[in-house]
Amino acid sequence: MTARRLDKGGRIDRSAPVDFTWDGKTLSGYAGDTLASALMANGERVLGRSFKYHRSRGIMSAGVEESGAIVTVGEGARREPNVKATVQELYGGLCASGQNSWPNVRFDLGAVSGLFSRFFAAGFYYKTFMGLPPFEWGHGTGLWMQYEKLIRKAAGMGTASREPDPDCYDHVHAFCDVLVVGSGPAGLQAALTAAQAGRDVLLVEQDFELGGDYLNDPGAEMQRLELINAVKGAGVRVMIRTTAFGLYDHGVAGLLEKVTDHLANLDPQMPRQRFWTVRAGATILATGALERSFAFENNDHPGVMTAAAARVYLNRYGILPGQKIVISTTNDSVYAAAAELAAAGADVIVADFREEAGVGLPDGVTILNGVAPLKVLGRSGVKRVDLAKHTNGSWVPAGKETCDLLLVSGGWSPVVNLSSHRGAKPVWNASQACFLPGTTSEPIFHAGSSAGIWDREDCEVAGQRAARQAIGENKKSSQPGGWKTPIRPLYEVRLPNQQTKAFVDFQHDVTGDDVRLANQEGFVSVEHLKRYTTLGMATDQGKMGNIIGLALMADALGKDIPDVGTTRFRPPYTPVAIGALAGRNVAAHFKPLRRTPLHDWNLRHGATMTEAGLWHRPWYFARNGEGIDEAYVREAATVRKSVGICDVSSLGKIAVQGPDAAEFLNRVYSNGFAKLPVGKARYGIMLRDDGMVMDDGTTWRLADTEFLTTTTTTNAGKVMVRFEELLQTRWPDLKVHVSSVSDQWAGVSIAGPKSRETIAACLEHGADISNEALPFMGVSRVTLSGGVEALIARISFSGELAYELYVQAGYGDAMMDLLWHAAETRGGCLYGLEALGTLRIEKGHVTGAELDGRVTIDDTGLGKMASTKKPFIGSSLRQRPELLREDRPQLVGIFPKDRSQRFKGGSLLCDADTVTGFGEGWVTGVTHSPALGHWIGIGYISGGAEAWKERPAVAADPVRSGNVDVEIVSPHMFDPTGERMHG
Amino acid sequence: MTRFSAWSVFWNGITGQKGWGRQWRDPEPKPHYDIVIVGGGLHGLATAYYLAANHGLKNIAVLEKGWLGGGNAGRNTTIVRSNYARPGNREFYEHSLKLWENLSHELNYNVMFSQRSHIALLHSPGAIDAAARNYNTMRMTGTPDAEIWDLAALKRAVPHLNYSDTARFPIMGAAVQKRAGTARHDAVAWGYARGADAHGVDILQQCEVQGIARDGDSVSTLETSRGSIRAGKVAFAVAGNTSRLWNMAGLGKLPIESHKLQAFVSEPLKPLLDQVVVFGIGGAHFYMSQSDKGGMVFGGDLDWYKSYAQRGNLPIVQDVSEAAMSILPCLGRVKLLRHWSGLVDMSMDGTHFICKTPLANLYLNAGWNYGGFKATPASGWYFADLIANDRPHDRIRNYDLKRFERGLQIDERGAGPDPKLHG
Amino acid sequence: MIRIPCPFCGTRDHSEFTYGGDGTIEYPALDAPKEDWHDAVFLRDNVCGMQLETWHHVHGCRMWLLVERDTLTHEIHSVRPAHPGLAAMFETDQEAGE
Repeated sequence: MTARRLDKGGRIDRSAPVDFTWDGKTLSGYAGDTLASALMANGERVLGRSFKYHRSRGIMSAGVEESGAIVTVGEGARREPNVKATVQELYGGLCASGQNSWPNVRFDLGAVSGLFSRFFAAGFYYKTFMGLPPFEWGHGTGLWMQYEKLIRKAAGMGTASREPDPDCYDHVHAFCDVLVVGSGPAGLQAALTAAQAGRDVLLVEQDFELGGDYLNDPGAEMQRLELINAVKGAGVRVMIRTTAFGLYDHGVAGLLEKVTDHLANLDPQMPRQRFWTVRAGATILATGALERSFAFENNDHPGVMTAAAARVYLNRYGILPGQKIVISTTNDSVYAAAAELAAAGADVIVADFREEAGVGLPDGVTILNGVAPLKVLGRSGVKRVDLAKHTNGSWVPAGKETCDLLLVSGGWSPVVNLSSHRGAKPVWNASQACFLPGTTSEPIFHAGSSAGIWDREDCEVAGQRAARQAIGENKKSSQPGGWKTPIRPLYEVRLPNQQTKAFVDFQHDVTGDDVRLANQEGFVSVEHLKRYTTLGMATDQGKMGNIIGLALMADALGKDIPDVGTTRFRPPYTPVAIGALAGRNVAAHFKPLRRTPLHDWNLRHGATMTEAGLWHRPWYFARNGEGIDEAYVREAATVRKSVGICDVSSLGKIAVQGPDAAEFLNRVYSNGFAKLPVGKARYGIMLRDDGMVMDDGTTWRLADTEFLTTTTTTNAGKVMVRFEELLQTRWPDLKVHVSSVSDQWAGVSIAGPKSRETIAACLEHGADISNEALPFMGVSRVTLSGGVEALIARISFSGELAYELYVQAGYGDAMMDLLWHAAETRGGCLYGLEALGTLRIEKGHVTGAELDGRVTIDDTGLGKMASTKKPFIGSSLRQRPELLREDRPQLVGIFPKDRSQRFKGGSLLCDADTVTGFGEGWVTGVTHSPALGHWIGIGYISGGAEAWKERPAVAADPVRSGNVDVEIVSPHMFDPTGERMHG
Repeated sequence: MTRFSAWSVFWNGITGQKGWGRQWRDPEPKPHYDIVIVGGGLHGLATAYYLAANHGLKNIAVLEKGWLGGGNAGRNTTIVRSNYARPGNREFYEHSLKLWENLSHELNYNVMFSQRSHIALLHSPGAIDAAARNYNTMRMTGTPDAEIWDLAALKRAVPHLNYSDTARFPIMGAAVQKRAGTARHDAVAWGYARGADAHGVDILQQCEVQGIARDGDSVSTLETSRGSIRAGKVAFAVAGNTSRLWNMAGLGKLPIESHKLQAFVSEPLKPLLDQVVVFGIGGAHFYMSQSDKGGMVFGGDLDWYKSYAQRGNLPIVQDVSEAAMSILPCLGRVKLLRHWSGLVDMSMDGTHFICKTPLANLYLNAGWNYGGFKATPASGWYFADLIANDRPHDRIRNYDLKRFERGLQIDERGAGPDPKLHG
Repeated sequence: MIRIPCPFCGTRDHSEFTYGGDGTIEYPALDAPKEDWHDAVFLRDNVCGMQLETWHHVHGCRMWLLVERDTLTHEIHSVRPAHPGLAAMFETDQEAGE
């Protein structure tokens, strides 16, 4: 191929030369070029290497179907592998390089694999690499994994950057009445018609210019411009560089808009790409058709490309892609290109496989009828093509032509991918030798060549008709399609019984012989063919090769093409950057971060935060140089000695209101709530329908018909949903309203012997929270100094005299300032989750680690709480036999036998004689107890503490710290009678 | 059957690939089989293979309505692991892993089981403890390769993850199973099919069961698209379509819901990630590996709503991409090549069924949730054992349909009786 | 994306909702025998085709809805509030409107 840039012509801007680099070499092109056209104009031929045999590959097309010119663009963190040079716009400073090759694409040592290609038939890797050659001796996976390392290195295509992508991506949501995909003759007319009928129309075009096929015809430029003006004038929203990559349920389309991929100077304010989710009332697919090749020997050589591509390079980019050109065709579509190439100065021979040329002979073009290419010769370019003709059922050689470019048109494949995403099964049309769009009951309409309509005026009319269908004015489209002179289908040229390298899928190096081998081995359905040979699984997703493969399989089976099957296309139509699909929800913004109203206050006072679901909660408050271990032990000790303050705002809070509120809670909780007096709180455990523990928390009766229910932090959302479900679907007769008030309150726990006096110091003068006024589990309303209203409940998770104090979220800081001042002067502290854990483990109180969705209320030792007087959610299924077994693991406390030893959460509890198997239980939490002076744990063990009184146990942790001898004790390890909290 | 080996590949290379025959026959259905397995997916084919290979049984057919291995066999993320902790599951999946380790040799078909390690990232001390409990259980029940890694070890093994302190969920460590990894899913289906066929099993493709005739409390005849087939014993292994067949047999309800699970693959890349990496926190659930061809393979949550449609929707595509970027931020410019969806039969506790049924000669293999691919060898092994001996092996006695009545829920996640939560 | 016409909020993406489950299940009385509860909690028809199911508009009005949807095509046939009282109000409204 001796391509050269012509002095005039094309849509490039010759006043704007652009420098770029290719494999380190600086080259020049023009604004308006693609990377492929610029490389072609610079005489670059070998741009890529194939997947398996590392064969030289050049430019094969001018669009998204490209299988040869696949390159890497950009450097460092912006390196993008596997870019189709045919759709990459050129810009100043663009830096591109070859890939899948070493040292470079022009001279690739990997090409030696081609020497062994006779052994690398389809699926050969399933038959070897298992053991020691030649007979696969051995067992296990050891040898395979050695082979695998080599295979992985040889496979793959481009190399991804190892650095985080520095660009950002946006998500956009949109609505429209009609979405038109494609801006060719059909698409522009469809958009115009729908918009003129008053519809809100969105027109998307993957190219950087509107017009589709108009762009390849200089004579149609005026018509194109007028139509675009009309479309814009009619109010159509027009997007270029935007690919509709997938259609989804209920009229939803996914679009990818490339915003900066064509720019030399990046605007840091702009996203690189935008991912659009569009909800369309109707969708018109004017997605065009792709020209395909057929199989013959060396049909993959640089210098072989589609005929339509040559026309694009000539008319859009002002490049004459060859000097002596042979055009092989099976249909009428190449004649315009032949005439234009001849007019531009090339010698053109059309080898029309049909016995009579279909279209008037252009000047300066030689016609050969009834022949097709048999073989291409030339190493890194085309030197000669041998021809053959088909007589009496087989091919015979029929002359040869020297040439530097072979253009091929094996027919056209309508782009039916998007409607196929919706399950519309494409229908084979034998006379047109292509799949036409299938039918669907959804409002999706094909127009133009994507519906098998090849004539431009017919496409325009088809666009208008599709629009009228889409807006409900027309019931049926009866647009005729098809060729004026019939196509003569052709899928492969080869001499009888000859094995050749005739490619069906260029990217994956699938040959016609591979397809026949698949047939020979019984992989006869299209799905098996695809998987066994990898046909159509490459980055072009079989846009060019699938039909050839199907045809060859049909031929091998003696069946018709549709009997082999049609494979369903999967989204995306063209590959989509993962960054774009992720958008802004990455790094620190991957998931929402929930902060309590006291978050900043905590940070100002030295909190180190930890994850708790989506929340950040204070973990510990280190003082001068403390680590976590010193800090939490000090905090826990301080709570037991004087007073500590802990942010508990993340607990779920649900207002349960209405005349039947008490009855509702009575059904939801396993213990009774009907008789809870106003001004009292009660701890409750709720079960799932299956009788397992779902959540726990306290509920405060604020008035006869008003309760405040608290949930665990983790289950706040789940419990709220559950309440709503029960009230709306199961018990609609109950007059109850629930609302989540979790975010409305800032809450703190104040715990320790000095908690009462600490709080009292913060209240308006005269407020009484004495034991008599606010007994254990009492609830009351108080006013803080300065006038802030608060709810106070005397409840204790730590086992100390303790209170929870809630104020409106906005007064959280004010409350904390008051409390902290009072606590600090009493030797108190702030404490975090770690110390909270210490205090509750000492007391044997359960949290999420114990309530893991697999325990019953009896397992936790709280079975006595469950009412026997009333039914409740889960009361029936908790009676199933497995759940009543005596040997179920039950909640226990754990001490190390040698009190100086430490053990870990997640250890298994075993009988000391049999430290193996599943063990008898497990440790859910461990802490260093300042109150007891050693490490303690909480967990479950078969039969509970009673059964282990005299039995030595081991906490086994083979994956981390080994085994520790332990004693199993009651979970109530500190102050078992609860004197302190009642005090 | 031609034995596959480097030698046979070499010999066929120099003799024009002429020596390869069909990998399995395409027989006409016989009017009667002793055992008919409905479902030519991984589990059905494995069952047929082990019935013939382990139990010496003949006259077996596998009925497949489409093409063998055309369902979930090709729609999964190919992960093989045995890091299950519940009694029963533990032994079952470990047995499965052991069968995987020699499967290529057993079947003389390279299923490409790559024991490249399965790494579950951990983000809090509580998560490390919870993982330690499971991995301790593994270590003490015959899985020596269960490990808990600290951050330094993890960074050495998987250098390109997002280890930033400003990540939304900074990584603190990992739970690792070294013998776990990935396999080539299609090869497993084809290898079992070829092996079963070689033992005389008839694999009947394009043979859809359209009706089930009963003779009292047993199945007598299957009406198929290729004619009536009488059967001595009938076994269902049809994943997401179990309820449909169950209905055909007039058996009412099942503890199963069909959901769809999407999978994703990127364009091929030179080696970037050498292990399976799993990420689950903050409501996210994500797993990825790199195929031998170079594509990054991703999976995530169910689409959350019940579905028989084998196509996915965008929200999960976004979720999975977000997770991918959050874990491996260099993937921004790597492009997603395809996404598709499989039909999974989610059970009420996240654990499967391999059991007898109310009909005397009908056996059920179903409810595989997320676990179907890795379970393939053991599923076939134990199902074959059940069918051959008409009694459950001790290890699978709790994989029956009555376990919920007894109060036994084999619930690895503790999610409760809601199928969609067992992802 | 499934688009659900919420009777309260209008048509919205399914990502605003959470799927509940089979809408035909009738939960027995709380004190019903465990066999009845077993069947309600653990057994499903698992319909392939049009099924009645519950959805919760969790990021919207937070109403539970009864949706008739084809589980094979995802086509939605009808949507009404799960709460029978509210559903009746909607029906009355519609009749009044006609």
